[in-house]
Amino acid sequence: MSQFTIEDLKRIMRACAGEDESVDLDGDIGELTFDQLGYDSLALLETASRVQRELRVALPDEALGDVETPAQFVAFVNGRLLETAA
Amino acid sequence: MSAAVTGLGVLAPNGVGTGDYWRHTRAGTSGIRPITRFDASRYPIRLAGEVRDFDPAAHLPGRLVPQTDRMTQLALVATEWALADAGLAPDAAHDFDFGVVTSASAGGLEFGQRELQKLWTQGPSTVSAYMSFSWFYAVNTGQISIRHKLRGPAAALVTEQAGGLDAVGLSRRLVADGTPVVITAGVDGALCPMGVAGQVPAGQWSTCDDPARAYRPFDAGASGGVAGEGGAVLVIEDGAAARRRGARVYGEIAGYAATFDPPPGSDREPGLGRAAATALRQADLVPDEIDVVLADAAGTLAGDRAEADALEKLFGPRGVPVTAPKTMTGRLSAGAGTLDVATALLAMRDGIIPPTVNTGGDGYGHQIDLVTSLRHVPVRTALVLARGIGGFNAAVVLRAADRRSEGMEEA
Repeated sequence: MSQFTIEDLKRIMRACAGEDESVDLDGDIGELTFDQLGYDSLALLETASRVQRELRVALPDEALGDVETPAQFVAFVNGRLLETAA
Repeated sequence: MSAAVTGLGVLAPNGVGTGDYWRHTRAGTSGIRPITRFDASRYPIRLAGEVRDFDPAAHLPGRLVPQTDRMTQLALVATEWALADAGLAPDAAHDFDFGVVTSASAGGLEFGQRELQKLWTQGPSTVSAYMSFSWFYAVNTGQISIRHKLRGPAAALVTEQAGGLDAVGLSRRLVADGTPVVITAGVDGALCPMGVAGQVPAGQWSTCDDPARAYRPFDAGASGGVAGEGGAVLVIEDGAAARRRGARVYGEIAGYAATFDPPPGSDREPGLGRAAATALRQADLVPDEIDVVLADAAGTLAGDRAEADALEKLFGPRGVPVTAPKTMTGRLSAGAGTLDVATALLAMRDGIIPPTVNTGGDGYGHQIDLVTSLRHVPVRTALVLARGIGGFNAAVVLRAADRRSEGMEEA
């Protein structure tokens, strides 16, 4: 079972939503909010859509509403991967 | 009240930035070349005015690039340049003082085409979430307002090639009604297969493959226009306030009028001449006082004839110098009007009239004095004309900045 990592998340966000110049994505960003990282709700939606396609896992929009940080996003995706594998 | 232009931002097929554009335009250097953006070999038009040597990612925040069509990227960069040129930096304390009026004729069509292709070939889940707004013709107003955090009056006008001048007219009215500064962005472009497919049936484009012969307005051999992308962003503000803050004033928007053509088959004359005459009256000028006309210059036999007739009726035979620098950029749709206004203001500053290239003017030489090589002459006033497919006509009258008259107005 492949694990989704924060590096995967950074790569996908850079590709589909770009990168805010005032933020260093390579720094320790796990606990910062997406808002602090310069990503709005649409950027999160676009990211989730790419992750769903890459990993073939369903990420319901309504559950995404509670995801505020990259660490939470990664945990959420890995949780869904486990559920799907089960 | 006077509406003064204090900032210019130009992105044109023959020049990136105002200085580069003006240098090439004075020299008669055209940016019309074979299309490189996509494989045009199977399309009936293979030439265009593309903005080359310009990488939007080098000028825009990384977050904005994936969510914007090229015409929005051009508009955002030109806006940044225009604000810097005007010496203005909008801040939170004055965010309601800045309005935004844009004009575009097809929205972010290239972005839209790409996402539709993904929809049909890879499925709905692959369509970008940014498709929700990036294709929309009003998107530039939104993106400019958001980027600079502006909360003043906002509008988006769609009248095809007349749109740039209509945006100038609305901006002038907003300033008269009390909005201190308006950003006027006529920037357009749809150089993609879907854009070309949509425009070709209107019959306005030349199918000639020779960049030196394709777009020849007012020539007996005129065969249509050539499409282009880009335009100009203007900063328009109250003239007295601009002088108080020590701003450089390029000139004043002295008059504006828009008319609509009668339906096809009508025996009434087209509305362009009426728009020009009304704009002159608004500016309190008579035709003899106009130093140059920047023509719409459709490049079609019927369109050129109608414009030459209107100019002859208003100014008399060969009564005023007429030029069409857009022969070096192609027809920029909503980008044309603001770029022509910027061009006229630079002509006033430098006392020159830039040329119309690639055209002999032989078809209409007895009616209009077409400027085909750089002419050195004082320019204090200018009339700018534009026509949009569907019957739109717009005219703007510009007057050079004049400290004395402004002082008298305030006295």
